[in-house]
Parts: sequence; C-alpha cells; structure tokens
Amino acid sequence: MFGNTRAPNRRDMLKTVAALATAAAVPAIGLRTGRAADEPPIGTWPAGSAGDSVFIGITVPRTGTYAAQGEDELKGYTLAVEHLNEGHPLMQAISPHIKKGVLGKTVKFGVADSEAKPNTAVQEQSRFISESKAILLTGSTSSAVAVALNKFAQRQKVLYVTGISGSNDTTGKDCVRYGFRQCFYGQTAAAALAPVLVKTLGKNKKAAYLTPDYTYGHTVQKSMQEYMKADGWTTVTNQVAPLGAPDYSSYLLNISNSGADVLLNINWGHDAVLSTQQAKQFGILAKMQLVIPYQVPFIAKEVGPDVTGGVYAATDFWWTLADKFPVAKMFVETFEKKYGYKPEWGAENAYMSFAMWADAVERAGSFYPPAVIKAFEAGQKLQGMAGEEYMRGADHQMVRPVVIVRGKHKADMKSPDDYWEVVEIVPGEGIMQKPDEFGCKLGPYT
Amino acid sequence: MITWPNFLSQLFNGLASGALLALISSGLTIIYGTLGVLNLAHGAMFMLGGYAGWLAFQATGSYVIAVLAGALFLVAVGALIELVVIRRFYDRPPEDQILVTFGLAIVLVEIVRLGFGSLTKTVPPPSWAAGVTRMGFMIYPTYRIAVLAIAAVALGLLYIVLYRTRLGMIVRAGIDDSGMVGMLGINVHRVFMLVFGIGAMAAGFAGIVNAPVVSLTPDIGESILVQTFVVVVIGGVGSFPGAILGGLIAGEILSLTSMVDPAYSQVMLFVVMTLVLLLRPQGLFGLKSRA
Repeated sequence: MFGNTRAPNRRDMLKTVAALATAAAVPAIGLRTGRAADEPPIGTWPAGSAGDSVFIGITVPRTGTYAAQGEDELKGYTLAVEHLNEGHPLMQAISPHIKKGVLGKTVKFGVADSEAKPNTAVQEQSRFISESKAILLTGSTSSAVAVALNKFAQRQKVLYVTGISGSNDTTGKDCVRYGFRQCFYGQTAAAALAPVLVKTLGKNKKAAYLTPDYTYGHTVQKSMQEYMKADGWTTVTNQVAPLGAPDYSSYLLNISNSGADVLLNINWGHDAVLSTQQAKQFGILAKMQLVIPYQVPFIAKEVGPDVTGGVYAATDFWWTLADKFPVAKMFVETFEKKYGYKPEWGAENAYMSFAMWADAVERAGSFYPPAVIKAFEAGQKLQGMAGEEYMRGADHQMVRPVVIVRGKHKADMKSPDDYWEVVEIVPGEGIMQKPDEFGCKLGPYT
Repeated sequence: MITWPNFLSQLFNGLASGALLALISSGLTIIYGTLGVLNLAHGAMFMLGGYAGWLAFQATGSYVIAVLAGALFLVAVGALIELVVIRRFYDRPPEDQILVTFGLAIVLVEIVRLGFGSLTKTVPPPSWAAGVTRMGFMIYPTYRIAVLAIAAVALGLLYIVLYRTRLGMIVRAGIDDSGMVGMLGINVHRVFMLVFGIGAMAAGFAGIVNAPVVSLTPDIGESILVQTFVVVVIGGVGSFPGAILGGLIAGEILSLTSMVDPAYSQVMLFVVMTLVLLLRPQGLFGLKSRA
C-alpha cells in the first residue's frame, strides 16, 4: 500500500467483481423459503412476523408542548392492543374480521418519547425497526412528525398509521403508499365547521388567526380562510407563533389592535391553553368570539368552561357520542373503567387506527406489506365511533364524519366532564377534497 | 401591522416581558460570573419556583405566601444542588459542567412531571391585580403591569444586595477573581453556595411571579432557558447591569419584531445575539479581561 502503486491486477479485479456480483445476487437467490406469498423480503417482513408475536413501534410526545395529548393517545393505543390480544367484542363491533390476536399472533409494542420532534421520532422508530423488527409504526401528535414518519416508513417499507395529525399535507403532498391516516384534518375541519360558523356568527366577519408555525398550522389556516371567503369573511391578521412559545403577548396585542370580530386559534396542546388564557387576560375574548378549528384534548378542562363556553370546534370524537353510537359507548365504558376518565379524541383516534390496521391485516391474510396496503385500499367499511368510515385508496385518508361541538357554559354542565355539546355530525364524503387536489402521489408498493 | 397604537402597545409589552427576563437572567449571570458554571438547569429552577408557589397557593390561597414559598424553596434547592453536585465540578472541564447541569434539568423536569402530570396548572393573579387596565387606547392586563413593578423592585433589591452589602462585594469580587477572594481568607465555598442559592432564587421567584401569566407545565423552563442565555450573551457574562439591559433589549426585540412578522421575532433575537458576538464578543457590559 505504501510505496509502489500497484496497478490493478486482472486476477484481483475478477475476484472483486465476482464477490460483488454474488453479494448483489444474494437477496434474489437467498430467502425464498416457500412462504405463503413467496415474495422477496421487504422491510421487516417476514422477519417481524415469523414468531408468535408482532411488534409495533409507538412514538408519542411525552415531554414538551403536546405531552398531555401524547399520553392520552398512548392510552388509546394501549387499550387497543389489550383488546386485540384478548379478542374484545369492541374490536369485533368495529370490524367482524378482527379476532383474537392479529392473524393469531400476540401484539407487543414499545413506546418512545418523540418530544414532538421529527428527528427524534425517526431515530426512535429506527431503533424499533432494527432492534425489534417492528411491523407497524405509529404515533404522532405533531404533523411534522407524521410527515417525517410517512417518508421514513416509505423508505423502510414498514407500514405507518398516523396518530394525531391535522395537516393537509399528511395525505396531501406528503402522502406515501406506506402511510395511512384515520383522523380528521384541516380540510375536513374547515369544510365541516365553516357553514356552522356562518350560520351562528354571520357573514362578512373579520377574522384574526393565531397559527403555530409549522405544516399543521399553515394548512389548517389556509383551509379555514378558503372556506370562509365565500361568505365574505376576511382575514385581518394571521399571527404566526413558534411551537412552544412561552408568551403570546406580542401576538395578542397585534390581534387586539386589529379590529377583528372572531379569533380563530389554531394553536394546539399547551400552546392552545396558554394562548387562550392570555387572550382572556388581554380582554380579547370579551370583544371577539373564539373559535377552535381543530379541537384540543383537555383544553376545556385546562382553561375552564367560562372560556370554552359557547366556543365552536371541530373534532373527531366526543364522549357524548356514546348516547348515539354503540361502538362509542363501548369504547367510553372500557376506557373509563381502565383509566378513570372519559377518553378524548386523541385516544379514540389511536384506538381506531389500530383497529383499522388489524382489520386490514386480517383481510389480507398476511403481514406482507403490499398485501396489507391493498387490503386498506379496498375501502372496507368499518363501524367508527361517529358512524361508518372507510379508507380512500387514492390518498390513504379515512373518509369519516367530522363532529362539530360547542362548549358548554358551567351552568349547563350536567357532570364534571360535560364540557362540550355535539351540535352536528357532518358526513365525510361531502367534505373531502378531490384525491389529487393537494398533490398526493402515492409511492410504489415495493 | 405597524400602526402607532400598536407600536406603543408593543413597546410597553416589551418592557414588561423584558423586565421579567432581566430578573431571570441576572440569576444566571451571577452564577455564571461567580462560579464559572453554565447552569443549564436554570430554566428548570424557573419551573420549580412556579410549582412550589402553586402548591403553596393551593394550601393557603395567598399569592404573597405563594411567591415567598417559590423563592425560598429555590434558595434551598439551589444551595443543595451546589453542595451536592456543582461543587464537585468546579475543576472539571466546561463540557462536564454543562452535561451535569443539563442532566439535572432533565431530572428535575421529569420528577415534576411524575408528581404533577403534564396538564397545565394555573395560578390566578391576586385580586388587586386582576383584570385589565385601560391605558389610553391600549388594553393591558393589570397583572403584567404588576409583574413589571415586582420585577423592578426585585431587581432593585438584588442591586442593593450586590452593591451595598459585604456579601455583594464578595460576590462581585468572586466574579472578578475567585482565586484571590479565597486567598483573602473568605470561605469561598459558603459564598458559592449562597450565590447559587441566590441565582436559583431569582429564577424561582420569576417562575412563581410569572405563573399567572404563562401557566405551569413541566416544560416551561425550556424556552426560557434559551432566551436567558441569549440575554446573558448580549448583556455580558457576570454583569448585573448587563442582564438588565440585555433583558430589556431582548423583550423589546421580541415584541417589536412581532409587529412586522411574528414568525421572525425569535429569529431576530438570535440575529442580534450573533451581531453582539461578532462586534463585541464580551457583551455590552462584559469585561474584556474575563478569563
């Protein structure tokens, strides 16, 4: 190596080429062990489902601005896994295909703190894939994480079902073949909420927006603005704040001086609590109507019904749906029995996401990712907590109803958790955008 | 949007938030200046003061007791941390000091999260400062005006301690040259412990005073920590007047730039910090000869 430069020797070169060629051919030659689908290995298949259990990697924020909502989500996942493993009737009520275990295998899972940061979430899921051969990834409360995990899942060829994700991009321009979303999002929230706002607040109103500065905030704000425009609503100011801002005073002063009639607060998690409380301190809520386009679990409890009373919000689920839908009733009962409080929509979304996955796997008859994807895309109808829902194959977004709620004033609350009243359940079909409207191009199956 | 009323509102708001930032930062700069330790647990101390005060408020319903509880609890916590942890790290390289205080911060935050959960805890403002004040065209929360006054008084008291008492003289001497102070026969260990306690108290006091404004979760210390460091860099390490001026500047930057483009107000803070580092690396009031 030192000294004389050796010119490439013909024998060495042949040896190297032969070695490389063999290495390249090994995947093709290698593992055709006669499995059911007889397909080459992909992602963590078949290694991840070879034993008698399968592993799910869950990343939720357990610290940071979205910590409270992350914990709630995690409880939904935990309950779902419990129910899958014991063959609980609630799972069967959602889909009769679901039995005990998933394809007879026990479901195990691991949890990591994503801190609502995309890099952290991807790193943790990487670990789950390499160490535990996870065959399903899930978890997000921030759409930034959902988008990052979408891309990651597509690269790794491991399925990903989003947790909470409100951005249009998740099944829009950042959609992937390996990612699926159950919950409502900016587009459906805006389309469902706008008519209600116009009916109750009137036309030609001046709107001020408080928007968190990332994909979720921007897309929800755009959608709301779009839908309100037709009825003469104008945006007088859009105050964009960073995630986790400690103080909204400067933004709120701008809003206070803007002359708006309505404040639409798109902030989420603790940011929503803080910005709303400070809006009250600045006397803004006394002169402007508050609207929460994308509901925040626990916000009514944290800011109090004197603030959320009369406020309109769009959501995936509220526990009083139990009065109308048997599936919701079972869910609320089992959740409350295990955790001692009524579930918020983060938990509901988590539970339904696992249910929809189990249903797809059972129908596919295998854990082979392309087969499961195709089973998802077949659009099987499931019994959701607010009515029927089914997956739209073109962009992997669940077509499901959006629930419009209005906050109850303290005097009208019939029990300590009775914060919201369901005023309308808007069916999913009419409020979705056209499949390619947000630039969704699903990637390849393999 | 840039209008005259809005400009004046933001100017005042920057003053109020800057005063609080100045108070927290003065604690950090004293610690950093005297002990030479980068206290990355400072934000956690801010948070702890808030929670201690909240507990006291739940027990007694008194705002004053809550504030005292928050401050005093942090003196004790700060002194304890210095005694048990920090003291062993004075001779270690700065990276070790950073790691240990960072680790301490995580431990403190998670203990609080374990005990209190992640949901927000609120401390209502005292009745004499609740509601809003009309100042001409501007509507401003009365409590924030109170915070400005409280922070100013606290800074004044800190000034008196630092510049008018023997202890303060020792602390300032320690900032300049702690070796010499030791050689003069002063029990530097006890002084250091007290300094850490005072610095922590400043953060804890600010934490409970600010609680009615920002509400409490285990994570509120994180962004405060970053802003505090920026303030200390701008004002100059170890400089009490620097912390005050730096805090006010930072508060104004955040408020005034939000008028133009809210998304960039945080960025502007770092731009200014970068400029200071480039043009006057020791900060506005920092001493060039800082070792």
